[in-house]
Amino acid sequence: MAHTHEAAHHADDHSHDHHGPEKGWRRWVYATNHKDIGTMYLVFSLIMFFVGGTMALVIRAELFQPGLQLVDPMFFNSMTTMHALVMIFGAVMPAFVGLANWMVPLQIGAPDMALPRMNNFSFWIMPFAFTLLLSTLFVPGGAPAGGWTMYPPLVLQNGTSFPMLIFAVHLMGASSIMGAINVVVTIMNMRAPGMSLLKMPLFVWSWLITAYLLVAVMPVLAGAVTMLLTDHYFGTTFFEAAGGGDPVMFQHIFWFFGHPEVYIMILPAFGVVSEIIPTFSRKPLFGYDAMVYATASIAFLSFIVWAHHMFTVGMPLAGQLFFMLATMLIAVPTGVKVFNWTATMFKGSISFEPPMLFALSFLFLFTIGGFSGLMLAIVPADFQYHDTYFVVAHFHYVLVPGAIFGIMAAVYYWLPKWTGHMYNNKLATWHFWLSTIFVNVLFFPQHFLGLAGMPRRIPDYSTQFADWNMVSSIGAFGFGLSQLLFAYIVWQTARGGVKASAKVWDTATPHGLEWTLSSPPPYHSFEVAPEVK
Amino acid sequence: MAHAQTSHAPSDKYYVPHSSPWPIVGSVSLFTTVVGVALWLNHVNAGPWVFALGLAMVVFMFVRWFGDVIRESESRLYNEAVDRSFRMGMMWFIFSEVMFFAAFFGALFYARQFSIPWLGGEGVKVFTNLLLWKDYENAWPSNGPADVGGDFEVIPAFGLPAINTAILLLSGVTITIAHHALKAGNRKVLNIFLAATFLLGFLFIVLQAEEYMHAYHELNLTLGSGVYGSTFFMLTGFHGFHVTVGAIMLTVIWFRCLKGHFTPTHHFAFEGVAWYWHFVDVVWLILFVFVYWL
Amino acid sequence: AWDLNMPVGVTELSRDIHGLHMLIFWICVIIAFAVFGMMIYSIVKFRHSQGAVPAKFDHSTRAEIVWTIIPVAILVGMAIPAAETLIRIEDTRNSELTIKVTGYQWKWQYEYLDQKVSFFSTLARDSDAARQLDSGIDPQTVEHYLLNVDKPLVVPEDTKVRVLLTSADVIHAWWVPAFGMKKDAIPGFVNELWFNAEEPGIYRGQCAELCGRDHGFMPVVVDVRPKAEYEAWLKAQQGGESAPAQAAVEKINDGAATEVVAKAE
Ligand code: HEA
Ligand code: HEA
Ligand code: CUA
Ligand SMILES: [Cu+2]
Repeated sequence: MAHTHEAAHHADDHSHDHHGPEKGWRRWVYATNHKDIGTMYLVFSLIMFFVGGTMALVIRAELFQPGLQLVDPMFFNSMTTMHALVMIFGAVMPAFVGLANWMVPLQIGAPDMALPRMNNFSFWIMPFAFTLLLSTLFVPGGAPAGGWTMYPPLVLQNGTSFPMLIFAVHLMGASSIMGAINVVVTIMNMRAPGMSLLKMPLFVWSWLITAYLLVAVMPVLAGAVTMLLTDHYFGTTFFEAAGGGDPVMFQHIFWFFGHPEVYIMILPAFGVVSEIIPTFSRKPLFGYDAMVYATASIAFLSFIVWAHHMFTVGMPLAGQLFFMLATMLIAVPTGVKVFNWTATMFKGSISFEPPMLFALSFLFLFTIGGFSGLMLAIVPADFQYHDTYFVVAHFHYVLVPGAIFGIMAAVYYWLPKWTGHMYNNKLATWHFWLSTIFVNVLFFPQHFLGLAGMPRRIPDYSTQFADWNMVSSIGAFGFGLSQLLFAYIVWQTARGGVKASAKVWDTATPHGLEWTLSSPPPYHSFEVAPEVK
Repeated sequence: MAHAQTSHAPSDKYYVPHSSPWPIVGSVSLFTTVVGVALWLNHVNAGPWVFALGLAMVVFMFVRWFGDVIRESESRLYNEAVDRSFRMGMMWFIFSEVMFFAAFFGALFYARQFSIPWLGGEGVKVFTNLLLWKDYENAWPSNGPADVGGDFEVIPAFGLPAINTAILLLSGVTITIAHHALKAGNRKVLNIFLAATFLLGFLFIVLQAEEYMHAYHELNLTLGSGVYGSTFFMLTGFHGFHVTVGAIMLTVIWFRCLKGHFTPTHHFAFEGVAWYWHFVDVVWLILFVFVYWL
Repeated sequence: AWDLNMPVGVTELSRDIHGLHMLIFWICVIIAFAVFGMMIYSIVKFRHSQGAVPAKFDHSTRAEIVWTIIPVAILVGMAIPAAETLIRIEDTRNSELTIKVTGYQWKWQYEYLDQKVSFFSTLARDSDAARQLDSGIDPQTVEHYLLNVDKPLVVPEDTKVRVLLTSADVIHAWWVPAFGMKKDAIPGFVNELWFNAEEPGIYRGQCAELCGRDHGFMPVVVDVRPKAEYEAWLKAQQGGESAPAQAAVEKINDGAATEVVAKAE
């Protein structure tokens, strides 16, 4: 451990030649500090969550009752498309990158991210990417309206907005790839002495695997949309039968990205939950090794299941069978995770602080979303479910009480560490209950709608679907309003409040290096690498 | 740059740059560039100019950003750990590039294995042929049942492409010799073989351009020649673009060698570019086999 | 309506699919009972506020093996009937009637290939009027709002009908829930599906793939009639004139396996 020794030796002069943050706007615009960049990612993500959520509310308002009352069908399609793009690429992914920025160096005992300038680059591309994407709302012909899946030939019917969509996706991809490379390199290279791979906190593990998925699939998405661009403007015929291509080819390439993408949006949440449950159960995580292997298996399997989104395109029988079986297999490692979380709580000593509440809600509701996913994997049944609200219900269960609740749990867990202040526990508990109740009012009825035969992506529906749609819309507005509470709590905590201790959760048993630093941590996290035994 | 003057021995501490304007300049430049193309594609007159401005800004950003990095590197601010980060970063970047090409190779394989045979009535899609494309037969190369772009000829593998393969392979050898020379401290051999490498790279690009002219003017093989033309030009085109970038990077590295940069043990930039060059080389080999030959 | 579940269809396949749906649903419910039960038990029983003292254990290889193997077994149990049903779904051989269905933005074209009958089917007028933005017409007053067409597809009961699906512009999907069948209509390619409706009646579905502005307004309506009535309807449609039959179509109608057709070509 010669390295540590020397580091300790030099610790004194370091504190002198390191400055605090830059003053004024430069601190943010020229940032290289992982915490500042993490904060920017998280704030950006919250704004995008509200933007995407507002679009969802337009959708739910139009669907409140049958008949078209508010928007033109084309604008409705734009809302669906933009809602999904904003939520996925603007809210969930940046939130997780923000969490990684904040927590990975703290959890592995590093001074910062490995490539700090690139870190800034990957963040600052995002606001520009979304400026480009959101500005399509104001161009002639309107915003992209072909669904977030961008299937040709339909997507080629977008007018002015089309190249803007493609380039926005390129920019988001570039940002994600750089962000992911940074995370991988930080984890592989910057761990404190003694922190072997199998001693890393699970949040770090899940991000390592997520980053790997990102580097593997974001370029494929870039390739897919590039082919769309050349098909539209430069005469190629990748996706046109007349020239020997196939529209379905796009779907294969897209979902080769798209399926791993959905795990990109859930694995970091798994990591968060794996940190929180042991803390508030006051008991070590059950089956750490199994958790790591399960996460890796999920990532591996995610590459060979993509065509379960395409069971109705007319694939050969063998293909359908293969993709059905591979998809079903994912339930096994995911189940291992659910069982291990449960076993962690079993015979623990559980308390219900806001992060734990969200983690528990995650556990129940994600599992429900997983079950509906499993049902979707059964090909003959998917012939009925496909492109109905049953699918919409499925993925919102895994994305909203899954990914989003995972993010919220993480924020409630680490916010005192970041700001040095304790938040208003009572308000946070209110936020939890309102969110959990309304999210079910919002999305549970969509299962019924789908089973009864309501297709997705329609601005209006036949009268038999009226009742549950109304319920769902009420849930949407309730859920949306509840989120204002969240924004308020975060803002209030950032401004001030009761001082948080270094350990924050003094009555529970939080583990990990982040709790050895003060709250908030010093500007340069670990100037001297801690030693891990 | 606050630390530039401090010491000349590699630091034991991980270098974290204090702040940097280049990333935000980079973001603005990329944004300007793509907005330029988007305007261009939407037939706005300013488009090409905005695009050119963006590109110029991108180049400026790279020059200044990498300039900072080079200065820091030459001031020995980077210890082994920083060097390792750069290496790993480069490896993962190259992996992302591999996946980018994989998308286009995937398109090629899909067209050859599935869509063309199906359109020709093989496999599960008999009716596709019977009802829609009656006289079309499964064949490769193909511009599809509608004969998109008209009749065309393909470029035989064992003409210019084979020569290009030899050129790239040779450049792989020369860069390895240069690398060994660098490690042995033999600067003269280093400079000569590095120069040979990028010259071979540029020669490749010239020949490739020649081949494109031939394809467009004499063979009627264009980007619009159905799925064959699409995959052919997209794959070779993106590859050619990567060779160009690689050759420029080699040239930059060469100038740095002339200025006496790098030491036998400390030369990440050289190695990064060399890896990149090998990657471009391997892509070409796969391309040669599946695009030109088989 | 406050419907909760998938309705049972009128074809054997759709009933099998419904059965599969219920099977996996109940399996999930049972697993949910076990898993959620365990979670709730832990949450209630081991509360810090009740002075619970945490145990120290943190792994068990045996437990991991058990909860890997049991789910695998359950999944195999689901996969077998699913695969069996799927194989029957994909078997379009020996169909007695072939109809080519082409999706357009935003209507369906139906062609009775060997009967020289062909027509378009679009959203019914009254629905179309009511669905306009701020039309002032209450959808509740429109019969079969959005699920009615000017001219439905008419097929005989108890007949294996093969549908050949394609599209003239973007991707659509043809779906009749009561038949348990949904398939994409892809421009430049032809997909197949089949159904055999056992009861006369009118069955309604919708386009199920986003196809642009009026994707929500291109319903599929199938009118299943007793064979004799169907024949009469067909006669009336044909109205005497007949175009030359396509050779391909005759071969299709031989009732031969699709593979055979392919070879013959
Ligand atoms: C975070 C995102 C996320 C996650 C985690 C998942 C998880 C899963 N998804 Fe989901 N999915 C989406 C996001 C996600 N999905 C999205 C966005 C779409 C739609 C995209 C679009 O079209 O726009 C989609 C669509 C989708 C489809 C296509 C539907 C269609 O269009 O017709 C299918 C089909 O197979 C599917 C399956 C699954 C499966 C099997 C899982 C599994 O990973 C779930 C595994 C979990 C469990 C099963 C529960 C816990 C396990 C146990 C308690 C163990 C015991 C259980 C058993 C043995 C049963 N998903
Ligand atoms: C992470 C991803 C994510 C998230 C978080 C959400 C969140 C939500 N989604 Fe989203 N959704 C998708 C991903 C996501 N969705 C995807 C991928 C699709 C498919 C798109 C496609 O088909 O192409 C989709 C499609 C989709 C549809 C189907 C549209 C259609 O098929 O036409 C619907 C309909 O109800 C819907 C609703 C909602 C709602 C109500 C929320 C809510 O959870 C949102 C809650 C948040 C807010 C509401 C914002 C916060 C509050 C305010 C702005 C304050 C103001 C509030 C008031 C005035 C009340 N979504
Ligand atoms: Cu046609 Cu949707
Ligand atoms: Cu998937």
